[in-house]
Amino acid sequence: MDKFRMIFQFFQSNQESFMNGICGIMALASTQMYSAFDFNCPCLPHYNLAYGLGILLVPPFILFLLGFVLNNNISMLAEEWRRPRGQRGKDPSVLRYMFCSMAQRAMIAPAVWLSVTLLDGKCITCAFCTWVPVEALGNASHPHLSPGEIQRLLARIPCKEIYNGQQLIANEVAVRYLRCISQALGWCFVLLMTTLAFLVRSLRPCFSQAAFLKSRYWSHYIDIERKLFDETCAEHARSFAKVCIQQFFEGMSTDLVAARCHLPRKAPADTGEAAEKLLGITDQGTMNMALKSWHRCKPPLHLHPPALPTGNGWAGEGQPPMQPSAPRREAVAHYSWV
Amino acid sequence: MDRFRMLFQYFQSNSESVMNGICGLLALASVKIYTSFDFSCPCLPQYNMAYGLGIMFVPPIILFLCGLILNRQSLVMLEEWRRPPGHRKKDPAVIRYMCSSILQRAMVAPVVWIIVTLLDGKCLICAFSGSVDPEKFVGFANMSTGQVQQLLAKVPCKDEELMRNSTSRKAVSRYLRCCSQALGWSILLILIIAAFLARWLRPCFSQATLLQARHWSNYIDMEQKVFEETCCEHSRLFAHKCILHFFESMRQEIKLHSFSLPREGEGDEGEEDLLRGITDQDQVNKLLKTWYYEKPPLDVSQAQQR
Repeated sequence: MDKFRMIFQFFQSNQESFMNGICGIMALASTQMYSAFDFNCPCLPHYNLAYGLGILLVPPFILFLLGFVLNNNISMLAEEWRRPRGQRGKDPSVLRYMFCSMAQRAMIAPAVWLSVTLLDGKCITCAFCTWVPVEALGNASHPHLSPGEIQRLLARIPCKEIYNGQQLIANEVAVRYLRCISQALGWCFVLLMTTLAFLVRSLRPCFSQAAFLKSRYWSHYIDIERKLFDETCAEHARSFAKVCIQQFFEGMSTDLVAARCHLPRKAPADTGEAAEKLLGITDQGTMNMALKSWHRCKPPLHLHPPALPTGNGWAGEGQPPMQPSAPRREAVAHYSWV
Repeated sequence: MDRFRMLFQYFQSNSESVMNGICGLLALASVKIYTSFDFSCPCLPQYNMAYGLGIMFVPPIILFLCGLILNRQSLVMLEEWRRPPGHRKKDPAVIRYMCSSILQRAMVAPVVWIIVTLLDGKCLICAFSGSVDPEKFVGFANMSTGQVQQLLAKVPCKDEELMRNSTSRKAVSRYLRCCSQALGWSILLILIIAAFLARWLRPCFSQATLLQARHWSNYIDMEQKVFEETCCEHSRLFAHKCILHFFESMRQEIKLHSFSLPREGEGDEGEEDLLRGITDQDQVNKLLKTWYYEKPPLDVSQAQQR
């Protein structure tokens, strides 16, 4: 118990670093996904833009949602938001704090994907290759080409093998130009994100530090309380099961005494621990019956008070049972899956 | 228990070494980012300078901001700076010390980036190939200014058809790289001499003030960590009491509403304690439902008085 408390405490005080770890893993996973992804520009006039922007914008959205899903605290936030008021008021600043900290962590992997994509340049090259300024970079005076044909030619820029517009504009020139713009966008994006993060982090102690400490304490408290409640319920379930099974075996042995009168009485001088643990079942037939009875007819979820030492036999005789056992059978079967 | 306490104590007493570790990691990360970054100079007259200087200066700003964000002590310093005086005076020397140590650590990664960039040379070749004096090099005679500019702009791109085997391109490239590396090594030398002098000469001036400032900045850092730890411990105990109180009140409610009271038998007291009077499927269901619909108030004063 002590060891669990210790580990629990360590995790609680390092809850934030645990979440930061998951966040870092997701960022690494997003770079890995990008390098493993086989980028194939379609090299057709209208499809390029859709493909390029799709690869640029859809995976970050997925990663953002995944960031929320993988965060354990989302269910805690939802529960705290939707619970009825009861005897405890709800504090909107706590909810805001929890949501903000989750959103900040969920935004890191999409930002990493966007930066890596922009710095690599393939997406922007694919998406905007038809917008290259041919007048500035190539021979705009190349005759006999309708705008549609020019578009088709330019759309093939990302696919070097099939590019046939070398007279119009050299492939390397166009690719370098687009890549330069893409990398400039990428670094600007990273700078913007970093500046935002810096401002958010450094302006907070200047304003509302006390409110922040309060929200942080209570959000940790809600989390700990939920975990402790689960732990207490698990302990309770364990004790419940132990007593229930003990009472089942006792019931079995008294049943056998009543039905067969075969069981030898417990010699009071001899009751070592081993004999007690046998719970009165001392031969193969009885054990088989106990096992069969456990399968066919599980005991009701209702614990009797412990038997008085007058040896009354049937433990539950002193009090009327709360409900008849028959309607419980389906409930019992349902519970035994938990 | 002991081992965790020891680990905690180690980290608390060595928050400076943790920060040094982060600083070193960031410097390594900057080298790694530079080597994995695919530098491609646009080789166009107006864009070269912007691209080259951009790659040389924008990532250091980003790394500097990252260094400030990742450093826990910057938050501590800001809080100390902005807090109301209350019962405790504010010592500007401590704040200055913390500020300078944070800035020094944050400057390491940007400086590493700039030096690596200069020693590698690609950025400077890209940025300043158009500013080279074409008179000095053989292959640029007999050409108009515009053409010369275009050709010079293409120097950084080795695969350009026009420039592939051009000796004048190689000459310009070597010249610029030489300048870049000289600049890089000079900056490195100046910085190391400055660091050496600062560290060597510091004990000669105001050593006592420095020791005080360092002690109190460590103290403030540790105090905040201990406060956070105590808050965690407190919230754990608070939650524990709250839940026990909840189970107790549930037990009493059941006693009030049901007429078959479970008798407090003598046997198996340990299990009875853990069961807390809840011995029935319906009672468990009621407890769980009440936990959701009516969470107990955040007030364990009655529990304390028991």
